[in-house]
Amino acid sequence: MSKTLLHLSGLTKAYPGVIANDDVSFDIGAGEIHALLGENGAGKSTLVKMIYGLVRPDHGTMLLAGDNFTPAEPRAARAAGVAMVFQHFSLFEALSVAENIALGMENPPKANALSTGITDVSQAYGLPLDPERLVGDLSAGERQRVEIIRCLLQKPKLLIMDEPTSVLTPQEVTTLFTTLRKLKADGTSILYISHKLEEIRTLCETATILRGGKKVATCDPREKSARELAEMMVGGTLNSAKLQKTTLGEVVLKVSDLSLPPQTAFGTSLKSISFQLHKGEVLGIGGVAGNGQDELLACLSGEVRTAADAIQLNGVSLGHMPPNTRRALGVLAAPEERLGHAAAPDMTLTENAMLTAMTRKNLSHSGFLDWPRAEAYAKLVIDQFDVRTPGPHSAARSLSGGNLQKFVIGREVLQDPEVLIVNQPTWGVDAAAAADIRQALLDLASRGAAVIVISQDLDELMEISTNFAALNAGRLSDARPMAELSLDEIGLLLGGADAAA
Amino acid sequence: MLRLEKRPNPSQAWGYLAPILAVITTMIGGGVMFALLGKDPFEAIRTIFYDPLFSEFAWYYRPQLLIKGAPLILIAIGLSMGFRAGIWNIGAEGQYIIGAICGAGAALSVYPLDSVFIFPVMILFGAIGGFAWAMIPAILKTKFGTNEILVSLMLVYVAEQLLASMSLGLMKNPEGFGFPGSRNLQQYASAHNAELWTGTAIHMGVVFALISVIFAYIMLARHQMGFHIRLTGESPKAAKFAGVNPNKLVIYCLGFSGALAGLAGMFEVAGPSGQISIDFNVGYGFTAIIVAFLGRLNPFGIMLAGLLMALTYIGGEIAQSSLGLPSAAIQALQGMLLFFLLALDMLTNFKIKLAKAEVRI
Repeated sequence: MSKTLLHLSGLTKAYPGVIANDDVSFDIGAGEIHALLGENGAGKSTLVKMIYGLVRPDHGTMLLAGDNFTPAEPRAARAAGVAMVFQHFSLFEALSVAENIALGMENPPKANALSTGITDVSQAYGLPLDPERLVGDLSAGERQRVEIIRCLLQKPKLLIMDEPTSVLTPQEVTTLFTTLRKLKADGTSILYISHKLEEIRTLCETATILRGGKKVATCDPREKSARELAEMMVGGTLNSAKLQKTTLGEVVLKVSDLSLPPQTAFGTSLKSISFQLHKGEVLGIGGVAGNGQDELLACLSGEVRTAADAIQLNGVSLGHMPPNTRRALGVLAAPEERLGHAAAPDMTLTENAMLTAMTRKNLSHSGFLDWPRAEAYAKLVIDQFDVRTPGPHSAARSLSGGNLQKFVIGREVLQDPEVLIVNQPTWGVDAAAAADIRQALLDLASRGAAVIVISQDLDELMEISTNFAALNAGRLSDARPMAELSLDEIGLLLGGADAAA
Repeated sequence: MLRLEKRPNPSQAWGYLAPILAVITTMIGGGVMFALLGKDPFEAIRTIFYDPLFSEFAWYYRPQLLIKGAPLILIAIGLSMGFRAGIWNIGAEGQYIIGAICGAGAALSVYPLDSVFIFPVMILFGAIGGFAWAMIPAILKTKFGTNEILVSLMLVYVAEQLLASMSLGLMKNPEGFGFPGSRNLQQYASAHNAELWTGTAIHMGVVFALISVIFAYIMLARHQMGFHIRLTGESPKAAKFAGVNPNKLVIYCLGFSGALAGLAGMFEVAGPSGQISIDFNVGYGFTAIIVAFLGRLNPFGIMLAGLLMALTYIGGEIAQSSLGLPSAAIQALQGMLLFFLLALDMLTNFKIKLAKAEVRI
């Protein structure tokens, strides 16, 4: 192995009530792609923030190329040669690529020199990008290139990448990997944070796994199976969801020519969406967020009303019906945003159970609410879905993301829906909880319900969907059996190939 | 360094403690203010908070508490519904005036007819008047998306002009020797909102205030409408997901608070005040906003807060006459109460932490 670039030793950082990092030590070699693995809350972001100068460690030392490294702020870290590409981009849509890059630099060169620099770097690393284009017109993959080029112009020794592929199509991922390998060949070290194990196994030669703030292991991910890595992350055996082979029943939900004008200035319009959903089917709808996922869910849940005929349940038109009438008929939904949409943050779990279960669980008698029954239902959800909480009197905001998501999904599943629509069911949820949630959705489908899973996570969709459709710029491709699709075809669908045809 | 940290669950203890501490800090802050004005702070605080209840003239002041408190509670209960849902009716004062004009108008239009039906009809008209006035901001908001805060507030000044016009024109007492103001309803038996039991000052408005407290409590704790109101206040998106129609809620909340404010105005004009006059309104509609928050938007809290606020009114009047405190100082004291309450309220959802100095490597 080559010499060490960054040496971390005994890094510890405590927040009130939780130790985010506990005595973490490992080395990142020069010219190495080093993966940082761990569930949500394992301490990955705290660790990275310490390296990038956003957080100061309580104890421990860092050595960068042999010198003491104590960045007081990100600027100091950048000056020392550490750059970071965040999961969420910080770009101005109304400015051009070059202007955006100049804004992020300490001493931006003159406009001409900068444009040349951008073109040089983009050609050298296979990141095609026109410096004059407006960021607002770029795809997610291209926006990421802007962030990467901004970092590369500073000639970093260490590039930190936080979940870089979460918004990319498979083709864009391949391009990114080529770039990263080129960087590595030039001697740049990369700290690569991800929870996508297969990616890490193809890209990285070293992986450090964190669990509960502590380092579990540093290993070579190519020598381990994805399952072994996942089990090190979780600290136990992991059940992957299994789809029971069921033959699809008759059509339950029929959506035909569903269109919706944009609801807000930056909203997406839905363009003539049509599909059929069968009993026992799990329809996976893939696509990068912002392509109409929220709008589609709102149309199906009843938060937004459309033409009556556009949505039919067993032949009954319900496009014009409000949410509770649809719930009475058996159409339930779980939106993406857990706090503030699926659940009210400051209300108790009992009150949040009342929020959607009022109609189907008979929690209201001529307008008067039956709180004891609601509490009993909340308890049932907590028990059946293994929600970790002191009890139904806890406020929704006191639950961790994974636990609240289990509660939200459980609340709908236990109402025995005919059709359940979920948006990003496992976003930001730890691996164990995500597996539970997927299994619950599959069990629901095997009992004869129809399930729509809207997700950005392709691995998830490949694991649980019977049929797959891609949502791109408000258009939905034809649904095709998941088993027949290759990764390339999925990528093309996500890119809108079907819609253009 | 001090730092605020969000509690995972709202603290119940602070929920009860905050209003009590707010009263105490107001006494301290008010005392300092009175001392700066050159008055003895202890005497002033005692005059305002203690004398109305326990001095030798308390027999006169105590019933006054109910007379001042009832309209405050009635209005504040109505406002609290909307405030919980994030619907801000700031114009209760205007709805109060219109309720009084409609209630008094109903009686004056049939004067001097004698009938047991007149007073119930007046109650109905008072409520309808306030309701209709509140419908103006409600409909403008639901149809055109106007801001209900501005519209309801501006309508207060319209209502005041209407009040002046009524006292000088349409409703002017024909036997009043040209003075502005209507006939005195206290002298019109069928329309008089009289004491129900002599010497207690309990008139129909006090009874209605009590009923409204109980009604609001049941509504919020047990009824779907109350749940939807709370849900909308907590998280409008979650409320929409639960199936709440935001426009209906605006109509309901503004209508309910308008009707209660109208009722309060009607009981006032038919009882303690007696007549429509240019200076009929004394700011109950605005003070009720403080009462609603001081009572933490909780019906029983509002009842206590209404009585406390009535106390500062009465105590303030005593302090003005016996100590020569300016009336602005009393208003400042009431403002301090709201200020300290809102500040201490933070502690229900946040706790104060001493930020540890971070260890350097």
